[in-house]
Amino acid sequence: MTKKTTNFILTIVLAAILALFLPWWSVMVAAFLSAVFIPLKKASVFFIPFLAILAYWIVYCFVLSSANDFTLAKKISELLKVGGNPYLLILITGIIGGLAAGIASIFGKQVAGFAKKE
Amino acid sequence: MKYFKLLISLALTVAIFYGLNTKFGNIPPLGKFLNPYSGIWQNETDETLTGELIIPGLEAEVTVHYDKQLIPHVFAQNEHDLYKAQGYLTAKHRLWQLEFQTFAAAGRLSEIVGAAALDYDRTERRRGMGFGADQAIAYMEKHDTQTLGYVQDYADGVNAYIEQLDPEDYPVEYKLLDYAPETWSPKKTALLLMYMTKMLAGGDDDLEYTNALRMIGKENFGLLFPDFYDITDPVIPKETDWSFIDVPQTEAPQYEAVLDTIQETIQKPNPDNGSNNWAVSGAKSATGNPILANDPHLALNLPSIWFVMQLSTPDHSAFGATIPGVLAVISGFNQHIAWGETNATRDVIDWYKIEFNEDRSKYRHDGQWKDVKVRVEKIEVNGGETYIDSVLYTHHGPVVYDKNFKANNERSGYAMRWIGHDGGNNQRTFIELNRAKNYDEYVSALQYWNAPAQNFVFASTEGDIALWIQGKFANKWEGQGKFLMDGSKAENDWQSFIPQRFNAHTKNPERGFVSSANQHPVDENYPYYVFNDGYETYRNRVINDFFNSKETFSVEDFKMLHNNNYNLKAQELVPYMLAQMDASALTQEERAVYEEVKAWQFNNDIDEVGPSIWRQWYGRLYNMLWDEFRVENTALRAPYTYQTIYLLKHHGDHEFMDILETEDKTETAKDLFLSAFKAAVANLIEIKEKEGDYTWANYKGTYAGHLLQALPAFSRFDIPIGGDRNIVNATSENHGPSWRMIVEMTDPPTALAIYPGGQSGNPGSKYYDNFIDTWAAGEYHKLNFLQSNEATDEIMGTQILKPAGND
Repeated sequence: MTKKTTNFILTIVLAAILALFLPWWSVMVAAFLSAVFIPLKKASVFFIPFLAILAYWIVYCFVLSSANDFTLAKKISELLKVGGNPYLLILITGIIGGLAAGIASIFGKQVAGFAKKE
Repeated sequence: MKYFKLLISLALTVAIFYGLNTKFGNIPPLGKFLNPYSGIWQNETDETLTGELIIPGLEAEVTVHYDKQLIPHVFAQNEHDLYKAQGYLTAKHRLWQLEFQTFAAAGRLSEIVGAAALDYDRTERRRGMGFGADQAIAYMEKHDTQTLGYVQDYADGVNAYIEQLDPEDYPVEYKLLDYAPETWSPKKTALLLMYMTKMLAGGDDDLEYTNALRMIGKENFGLLFPDFYDITDPVIPKETDWSFIDVPQTEAPQYEAVLDTIQETIQKPNPDNGSNNWAVSGAKSATGNPILANDPHLALNLPSIWFVMQLSTPDHSAFGATIPGVLAVISGFNQHIAWGETNATRDVIDWYKIEFNEDRSKYRHDGQWKDVKVRVEKIEVNGGETYIDSVLYTHHGPVVYDKNFKANNERSGYAMRWIGHDGGNNQRTFIELNRAKNYDEYVSALQYWNAPAQNFVFASTEGDIALWIQGKFANKWEGQGKFLMDGSKAENDWQSFIPQRFNAHTKNPERGFVSSANQHPVDENYPYYVFNDGYETYRNRVINDFFNSKETFSVEDFKMLHNNNYNLKAQELVPYMLAQMDASALTQEERAVYEEVKAWQFNNDIDEVGPSIWRQWYGRLYNMLWDEFRVENTALRAPYTYQTIYLLKHHGDHEFMDILETEDKTETAKDLFLSAFKAAVANLIEIKEKEGDYTWANYKGTYAGHLLQALPAFSRFDIPIGGDRNIVNATSENHGPSWRMIVEMTDPPTALAIYPGGQSGNPGSKYYDNFIDTWAAGEYHKLNFLQSNEATDEIMGTQILKPAGND
């Protein structure tokens, strides 16, 4: 397995476990930790956890929402003025989670690098 | 460099966390709000209707059967468990609404939405909403601990539900506004009852009348605002014999109104809040069983104000509409009787001018200086500083208007005397009605009801029908409280109350039916002072004419009457206007509209254009006619519709017909008809250009708005339903029959009902608004009145509520 794949999977696994104890920002902790344990390089530092959480949240939201015919997602999508489209709302949710994770991962990478240096 | 990168990435991390975890204006905290674990995705669920739930404090198991409309049928072993279960289930389906309405009642909205609600909150505090709720609790503590015990049971039930919740389970509105539910208490039930009292008996025009009296003089005032109209078709039939009343009306003192100029008054409840109810006797019923109907007219909101339940113990089984926050069924039936309410408007608010001493610690009354009490109202403001308002109280009640609120005199103020502050025991009336078996028990249940005064309609399987106008009414002297009074004179105080047994009522009247539609309660022969308080004059006549039109009536007739769109008001003016108006002066475009309204048969059906033309025409006419009542910095109310139409037809050249703006011309009614028509047509053409047509459904655009200022995503728009205010089907834009019920007194009773909403408060549930289309179509659901604790094939799921620690 490449480092990228490992980081990707670890981020999702940690996110799923931490969500049992922590609020939504558990994804940030998950990405931070996987960056510390499995440091990546360059743009991957951000994009791998970004994609991991994006994928995780999109699948999770889709499963929840499709079971209820996207009834609420349509309304929330209208409420947030994203056109009443539930899929767009799911994508936005994924991007929000991904962004938070990606940025936390950059921070994790810096902390890891700093610790090594010391 | 390393440090720099570390710091930058740390700052970014903190920034994204803060940005996604914080509410900015109307935008919810997006991370919290949208994440799949605790955000709105967790509300994307249907209801769970099976399984077992533990409720601490239950004495025995409670069974809940849900039918296909998501109506819970509750079977408890005793009343304590019953009301615990009611609290629990109401919270389960309507938690956010349940709590939000009590925040609105208490003047605590600023806590949730911030400073924008401060003026609203101050008004509610100064109106004495919390004070009134405290009085109700104090009354129960002193006189009726049993009822208070049930209220506590309900609170325990609500709290049992709240305690089981994790943040991801909170209703979506909490997530949107980023707050959490708080513990429920009996005071919240008292607040909700105050909310109802405000909604239905919280309006008056005494101060506006005072301004009008000063401006137009006594004679004109009498013409514009008569105590009785030239026609009355009262709630209690005219031929009623009042000779059994042996307590006279209070004698009138020498009295003069205080003719102050009042600039601004507090917000009043919607004057359209009203209702219809009626019942026919067995002799007048097609099947021989009495039939009863009720439809309360309130703002059309989502979640709906009503939540339908069947509430049973081994001793009784009540079914009908409940209100989240209040115990028992409000409008419904049990195995023996059926009941429903309409508002019995009376002037139960009076205003007194208060004279203070220098430091406002005392006020003058009956030749003495009496102590002012101070109630400190602390209004928490979300994102701002707590606002402290010290409200002064006299023996009359709170000094609503003073130098700190909508007035500016250092040494005076206006105190409010409101029956809502008198600490009633309304909750007991509902609890007893739910178990009442006959007429006597119905009458006995009513005695605890103070306010808002209601016309309680009644029918029983024994064959009785009745209607009591129940409330606690001051025995006023002639003219008392119509205008601002001098608060220092003891004779202006309310002297006594009308003994409850002398409240107007009728049982099994000869005409074979009882009805009420917010009209005058009685005619001039009733021996106590009652004056016109903006009474309805159209729905009542349509209803009574209908019941006088033939021998017997069926449930089908009742349905037709609920959905009756006949516009009597228009019928009484349009032909007159058409005959009087000089049609030769019309342009071609105007002529076309003229022909349209001429062809109208006065039904406010959805595809008609007549109702839209009438609305525009009459609206312009009313504004042109009462231009005298638009005066800057003066609170005024223009005359009511009935008297307006009467004056147009009988006093067409009265000085008020003149339009003040046109100085060189003195208009008469005839001129107003034409000017108003031309203005109306101009507007209608504009509407047509913008919207395609002005058919009634399009023009009116009825909607059911979410309680949060009709948040569009959670509201329903363009509901195709006819009717309008002053029509039996009283559906206007955002107001109308909020619950329609028809009960036939078979044994056991059979009932139909519908309301414009749904049982679930969750916008993500298909039960959130699933009744609306059925309601708009004028259809009903049959209520499945379960006679035993056994699921029928109408039942979708059964839940068992179990006591804690009972394995």
